[in-house]
Formats: sequence, C-alpha cells, structure tokens
Amino acid sequence: MSQQIKLNHEDTIITRMGKGFLGERVVYRGKDLHHQLKNSQWIELFAFGITGREFTENELKLLNFIWVSTSYPDKAIWPNHITALAASSRSTASLALSIGITVFEASIYGGKPLKVGIDFFQRAAHAQKQGISISDFAAKELLKHKVIYGYGRPLASSDERIPHVVNFAHELGFSSGEHIKIALELAQHLKKSKGLSMNVAALYCALCADLGFTPEEFHLFTTPLVLAGMPPCYIEAKENPEGSFLPIRCDRVTYTGTAKREWC
Amino acid sequence: MSNSTKVNKPNYQSSIWLEEPESNNPFTAKSSYCYGYNVYQDILPKASLSEYWYLLFVGERPNSAQAQLLEKIAIAIANPGMRDESIRAAMNAGVGGSTAAASLIAALGVGAGQYGGAREIFTLVQQWQKSGCKLTEWENFLSKPNQDYDRVDIWSEYEHAPGFEPNGETCPTPILQTLEQLATICPNGAIAWLKQHREQFEQLIQYPLSMTGVIASAMFDLGLNAKQAEMLFLILRLPGAAVHALEQEQLGWKKFPFFGQNTILTDDPGSLGLPTVKGFDL
Repeated sequence: MSQQIKLNHEDTIITRMGKGFLGERVVYRGKDLHHQLKNSQWIELFAFGITGREFTENELKLLNFIWVSTSYPDKAIWPNHITALAASSRSTASLALSIGITVFEASIYGGKPLKVGIDFFQRAAHAQKQGISISDFAAKELLKHKVIYGYGRPLASSDERIPHVVNFAHELGFSSGEHIKIALELAQHLKKSKGLSMNVAALYCALCADLGFTPEEFHLFTTPLVLAGMPPCYIEAKENPEGSFLPIRCDRVTYTGTAKREWC
Repeated sequence: MSNSTKVNKPNYQSSIWLEEPESNNPFTAKSSYCYGYNVYQDILPKASLSEYWYLLFVGERPNSAQAQLLEKIAIAIANPGMRDESIRAAMNAGVGGSTAAASLIAALGVGAGQYGGAREIFTLVQQWQKSGCKLTEWENFLSKPNQDYDRVDIWSEYEHAPGFEPNGETCPTPILQTLEQLATICPNGAIAWLKQHREQFEQLIQYPLSMTGVIASAMFDLGLNAKQAEMLFLILRLPGAAVHALEQEQLGWKKFPFFGQNTILTDDPGSLGLPTVKGFDL
C-alpha cells in the first residue's frame, strides 16, 4: 500500500448510500426520502438504512417491540443512571442521551453480548446443519469462551421480558425460525445442565438472526436499544435539585489502598 | 433531610482515592488522598503534572525518567494536527457551534479507533506484554495481526499491521524525531528496541512505523497495561481537539470546507420534483 489510496479519495465522496441535494431533494439508499419513504415509520427507515431491505409489517412490529421491551425508565440501570447524572449536573439533553447510548456498548451487557450473541446463533445454526447437536456446540463454546451471551444475567436470576417477547414473536408468526428454535432449545439445556437462565439478549439475537440481520447490522440496530428509557430519567433528575441524584458521603467509599504517606 | 439510614447503603470501593469529610458536611471532603498522598496539601504544591498523572495511573510516584517520558509522550500527541481524523471530528463539531463536550466526545469517538487511534494502542500494549522484545513473535504478529481474532466482536479485524501506517511511503520525520527523543529517555526499553528494529519491520510489512507504534511502546515502558494506555492516549490527544474546535467555531462555517458539491451519488432515482403548497409562495 501507499499514498495512492489517499490520492484516490482526496476531495471526493463517492457513495451509493445517499445525498442531500440541498434545496431540491434527498436520496436515501436509492429512494427519494420525501417522496418514496414519506410513509415510513421511524424504525422502518432505521432498519432500511441499516440493511437496505424492506421489512413486513409484522417484522417491523417485532423489531419495534425489541426496542420497546427493553426501554426501562429506571435510573438504577447504568446507561440511565448516567443520563440522570447528566441531568443532576445540569448538562444538556443531547449529551445526556448520547452518552447513555454510547455506554450501552458494554462488555457485560448491551453491545458486545448482542453482537457476539447473534454470531453465536448463526454459527450454531450452521453447525446444526453439519450434524452437530446444539448441546455439543454449546459445550465447545463454553470451553473456549467460558460464556454464551444470552444465558445468565448480571443482577437478576430471571428475565421478565422473556415471556412477553416469546409470546409476541409467536403471535406475529416468528416462533419457528431456525435460530429462535435453537435459542429455546439451548435455554432448556443450559438450565438443566448449568443452572443458567436465558436472558432476553438470546431472544433478540435469535429473532434478528431469523430476520436475516448480520452481526454488523444487528450491532447498528441495537445501538439505541435502551434510548427510550432515558428521557424520563433525564427529565425527573432535572426536576430535582441540582446535585441531588444519589449524592455520596465521603465515608461511603471503602478505601482499600495504600496507607497515608508523605510526598517528600 | 438525611435519609441515608432508611434504605440499604451500597458502598463504592477504591484503592485509589480516599476522602475524609468536613466535620459539618459528610458530603464534602476536607482532605483527599490519592494512593495515600494528600492531594491538596502535598501533591498540589510539590508535584508536577506528569508526576501526578503517573501516580494516578500507576499508583506510585515515577522516577525522573518515567516522569520525563510521560511528559514527552504528552507533548508528542497533544495535538495530532488538524488533518488527523479525530481532530477533524472535533472541528466539525466546533464549526457548527456544538457544545464543548460534543467536540471532545467527537474526537474521542473517532480517535478511539483501530486505525491510528486508541484501540491500536490497546492492541499493541497487549502485544508488548505478550511478546516483549522477541523479534520473531513481533514479526509473526505484524504479518498476521488477527490470529487471536476468533469470533465476531464490537471491534473489527485489523486491516493493517498495528503500529504502522498502511498509507505511508517512508517513516515521517516527526515520528522519527519522537522515536529518537523517547528512546533517549528510555534507552533500555521497548521504545529503544523498536527504534533498533524499525527498518526491519518496515521492510517486512512494506509500510512505515506510525505514531501509535511509537507511543504504545513508550506507554509499555511506562508500565501501563493495555487498558490504561488506551485511556491515557485518548486523554492526551484532547488538547488539539479542543483548540482546533474552538478555532473553527471562531473562524465560522463559511471558511470551513463543505463537501456537498464533491459528493458523487451512484444510486440515484433522479428528481421526482418538489411539490407546491396551495396558498403559499415558498
């Protein structure tokens, strides 16, 4: 390689994705935004922007519920907690929500488990077609990575979203896809063999795998997953006095470090 | 007003920070200690910035070479220059009058990446911890940097040898100058070893050393682990982001490039016309 790549791209944006012809029109992935996409629901446009594909009404209902079902206006939950801190310290609405979204790309919940999780189900489905049982595949995964995202949950032993999502998926006709069947079969297996309960991430991953999302597309789709839970947290924390969101006394930090010493 | 006894009392834990309260307010610190040192009584009057930062990250005071090394790292990367993608992000925020935090968050988000950004530092320091100064291991890693990438992650596979510039021709003068300066401070460390083998690596992968390669080795010499180095790299590059964002805001959007005319659309349905609105002359 050399500077040739930079020379080729200098001063020019070449794109198939879209452009605003300001004062005239806007093209969004090959469609006129204001003419051809004006009836799109926001989540429909978002999913189209990510995948380039159009989804059926029931698919959009499912995608929408994936967002709705995990939008908790609970300030104890870490991204919301940060949003509330932003309000308590009288930062702006956009900063509060954007940092909340960014923080959701975490390792023990959110971004990483979801992206790794959808890839797991896609690999599991592939293995199953090769004649490998789900329990064998899961055992190898556990041996190698110690964890299967979507099974086990920090802070709680069960997941209140699961029956709602399972039932809604069934109602909409999405309960027989190959990935969701694997997710549910594995849930039974891991509960019996390891005492691990499924959490909703497994369902989200499996259902979106059945809808044809790639891990990269799913990563983008789930980035604002908990966004709708944040505004109530921001609003209420801002209604309260500044600096009043869970203030911490000095003695509520347990110090475990080096004893006092002098800087000579 | 106090109600802290009515619910459970979760405690935070830290081996870094101790605060003792003022007698009249348990929520206000009378004294703050960082790894045992009184911050406002001792560190503030006696320590330099690089000494304090080293203490914060490592937990002990630096010797003079370590303090000097951190100071020179900070100078070398304080401003990557306005062509750097993280600085451009900050300028794009600044020119529109976004919040100060937005400018810095923009720089952090872009500068966190794997091409010239903090994730590259993370990967390289991790590799230093793994390989030390073993030439064959480094050659193996640089030739195939994704050997340990065994499943999908939020981070992608590397598209180049970390620490090197795939779009470069020869190693740029500022990088050679930084390498030389840092290796002089730490003549027996990773940075000096990198200087010794730079050309060998460049011949192997066919493109030159980058600033991330230099800084990661120096941060390893400082005793930072991969995550600490990634964080410090992000912080230390913010001064440039700040001043360039402020400058572009002050200069104004009319003097800032806009690439609308330079955007070539390859999938275009063509104009479908702009509707008129009855009763309004728009």
